[in-house]
Amino acid sequence: MSQSLSTATVFVSNPQGLHMRPANLLVTTACKFSSTLKLVREGQSVDAKSILGILTLGAVQGSQIDLFADGPDAEIAISTIVDLFQRGFDEPAE
Amino acid sequence: MKFSDFIAPQALVPILSSTSKEAVIGELVDALVTSGNIPAADRDDIIRAIMKREELGSTGIGRGVAVPHTKHVGVDRLVGTVGVSQEGIDFDSLDGHKAELFFLLVSPPDRPGDHLRALENISRQLRNDTFCRFLKQSKTGDDISQLLKEADDNHFGS
Repeated sequence: MSQSLSTATVFVSNPQGLHMRPANLLVTTACKFSSTLKLVREGQSVDAKSILGILTLGAVQGSQIDLFADGPDAEIAISTIVDLFQRGFDEPAE
Repeated sequence: MKFSDFIAPQALVPILSSTSKEAVIGELVDALVTSGNIPAADRDDIIRAIMKREELGSTGIGRGVAVPHTKHVGVDRLVGTVGVSQEGIDFDSLDGHKAELFFLLVSPPDRPGDHLRALENISRQLRNDTFCRFLKQSKTGDDISQLLKEADDNHFGS
């Protein structure tokens, strides 16, 4: 399979922000893909497969995050992660 | 946010005696009760809430670190403490390793931003190997206090 790059921009929609539970879900999801996956918020870039990395973003509700994937499954990885953000990480409304 | 904004210096537990997940959560909550940071009347309920949160997925995030936490109406600002276990405690961590460093947080229900900023600070410092090593070597509350202060003063970079 050929190498490919894919990118997208998402917003944190769940009220609690990117706290530990969504971060964990994000890592679990990202690790299903062989592509390298990065999240960038306000110039800070972290590995989507590292929970410590994601937590250092401190991304509150409304934060803009740019997603970058590089690898054979980049496109599907991006669409899966975009979907996760759009569903607000399936967090219950409070 | 800095450690000094939410870590209670009188509640630090440099030598944890607990050997189980529930016991270590109790030991750290008790330290926050004894130091006057959370009401004694809420102790049991807070422990229950933290354990319930753990059932949703362990807060043992790897690197020998766990961040048990909950929201609770018994506090009007974010409070937390730090505990160190030399032997390590099985915490169902994501990487399967025992947890040695514990950051326990209790935050008011209406302040998700503060909780996120505390997680941001903790995770940023924990990415630094020197910080982790020094924390594991801490023998007294003063050792931990000093280390947290140095972290607050950006001694560990990143």
